[in-house]
Amino acid sequence: MQGITGSQGRFHTVLMLDFGTKIVTGVTPGRGGETVEGVPVFDTVTEAQQECPADASIMFIPARVALDPALEAIEAGLDPVVIITENIPVRDTMEILSRARLRGTTIVGPNTPGLIKPGASKMGIMPSQVFRRGSVGVVSRSGTLFYEIAAHITRIGLGQSVCVGLGGDPIVGLDFIDVLRWFENDEETQAVALIGEIGGDAEETASVFISQGGFTKPVAAYIAGRAAVPGKRMGHAGAIIQGSAGTAQGKMEALREAGVAIGEQPGDVAKALEEFLG
Amino acid sequence: MKLLEYQAKEIFRRYDIPTPRSEVAESPKGAREIAERLGPVAIKAQLPVGGRGKAGGIKFAESPEEAEKIAGGLLGSRIKDIEIKKVLVEEKLDIKDELYLGVTVDRKNRCYVVLASSEGGVDIEEVAEETPEKIVKQMIDPLLGIRDYHCRSVAKRLGYSGREMNDLAGFIRKLYRVAFEMDAELTEINPLALTEEGFVAADARLNIDNNALFRHPNIAEIQREGELSEFSAREQEARTLGLTYVELDGDIGIIGNGAGLTMATLDSVTLLGGKPANFLDLGGGASPERIETAVTFVIKDPRVKTVFVNILGGITKCDDTALGIIETRRRLGSEKPIVVRMMGTNEEEGKRLLEEAGIETMDTMEEAAERAVALAGGS
Repeated sequence: MQGITGSQGRFHTVLMLDFGTKIVTGVTPGRGGETVEGVPVFDTVTEAQQECPADASIMFIPARVALDPALEAIEAGLDPVVIITENIPVRDTMEILSRARLRGTTIVGPNTPGLIKPGASKMGIMPSQVFRRGSVGVVSRSGTLFYEIAAHITRIGLGQSVCVGLGGDPIVGLDFIDVLRWFENDEETQAVALIGEIGGDAEETASVFISQGGFTKPVAAYIAGRAAVPGKRMGHAGAIIQGSAGTAQGKMEALREAGVAIGEQPGDVAKALEEFLG
Repeated sequence: MKLLEYQAKEIFRRYDIPTPRSEVAESPKGAREIAERLGPVAIKAQLPVGGRGKAGGIKFAESPEEAEKIAGGLLGSRIKDIEIKKVLVEEKLDIKDELYLGVTVDRKNRCYVVLASSEGGVDIEEVAEETPEKIVKQMIDPLLGIRDYHCRSVAKRLGYSGREMNDLAGFIRKLYRVAFEMDAELTEINPLALTEEGFVAADARLNIDNNALFRHPNIAEIQREGELSEFSAREQEARTLGLTYVELDGDIGIIGNGAGLTMATLDSVTLLGGKPANFLDLGGGASPERIETAVTFVIKDPRVKTVFVNILGGITKCDDTALGIIETRRRLGSEKPIVVRMMGTNEEEGKRLLEEAGIETMDTMEEAAERAVALAGGS
């Protein structure tokens, strides 16, 4: 965990460890030698990797200074790198992502709640109590809306296989398509809940992908922002309708055409999944 | 953050991008004085919105007297509900040709893209829809940066050769530098004019990534002076309070934690026939004080008849939320009904506190939305 000694880092270290996540080392430049909840802290990722090699990294670093630690993690070969931070300048994100692409590193985020595999591990900040092991894969651009829909899925008696938060920024490491490809090959995942919002065209390209047979399992989706006003940023930096592009209605139409069940209300997603999975 | 045309042009000049001679006027007399020096001029309303021309915000004056008159008509009037406080008085160009040139963030390719078109001076989005083949695109790999050959390629694809190709290529490179160094989300020149003297930026637009303002202190300074009015008065007030707030035009105040959840709340209410008055995202881990600030702000809005608070508590604790709401009620003594839906961390405690204080709580978002709509008297 990068940024382990910060207040957010500390707080989530406890929660993640509780959940069963194997946090082996932490890095905060200048704080090497300390420990947080029993996790040894190092000054550099290189040292940490020498001591106790980790596979992946989660970053709880302030937005203004997130670029350097991200590049450090990528160079050290950590994969995936989950960037929880919101408000990273878009130019910095571009640099992080292009570096990652060169290296083959998967970046989750920025501005994401992270990843969770119920019953196994959590690289993120989602509230564990709403999740339960099951067969629904969840991929979402939003945070709390994703928890809301996950809660419905749990309450209805289903559960989640793996959940991926793409992030609310205009440019992020993973697309819906990347995660769908992964879910296609994941035996535990029998259906997918797709949670989108206004802005960009990730849902539209996912629709094309699904139509062309890229993803063959059932999908139920909810797209937030039907009532949004064009040109206004609705909270997330990436949630903005530009001209006529990126409307919720457009995304819902595209997904519908690809055979995806569309929820009018968030609760409808779980209901549709229940029908699919019988 | 959207800069005004004259501010964008100031920055363009620093990067050696040719711009017409111009000065800002804040009074009709000021406009006349400038016109006396520049000759025939264009008088342009300075607003952070597009479509000024169509809305009558750009006019031409042949004489200083005319300039004074036109400026008098524009200053103090409103376009798209924003008051015109400044006009740019600019020498009229002898335009041989008009192009479009812009640099923006390409979401799909996660990089900057140079966009250009021989269709200048018109709405680029219309061109994109009707004749997309007329738009030239050049993605710029962040690791490679922009190279001269990229710029020449764009100029060539626009139909230029020889000397003009080289001039235009140089121009493109400079605009990209502006975009990159100023952390632009978007910068565009529409129209980019070709005159006897070469290419000149007849118009200028520069929108800077809000997340990067910390590293552009002189720009942040402009923001503090309150020059920019892309936000409504209420939105500006919300910003000073640190609230993520968008003003809408209904009567049901909406507060949620998390942008997606708050948008979904807006959608639910709208679906049931209600009209949201605003979008307010508390963000993660909101303290009782922050919740108080938010609820107070929304309740005080005279248009709001009822407030709907939707919380899914992960880091945010439901009992904290309840305390914030109860405190607001107590202090303001407002009669306006508050409907709360909460789920998650400490939800039982939160609900108990609210019920004791006589504030309605519902279990599901749909039920709560229905109740809020009914209370606001709509459906």
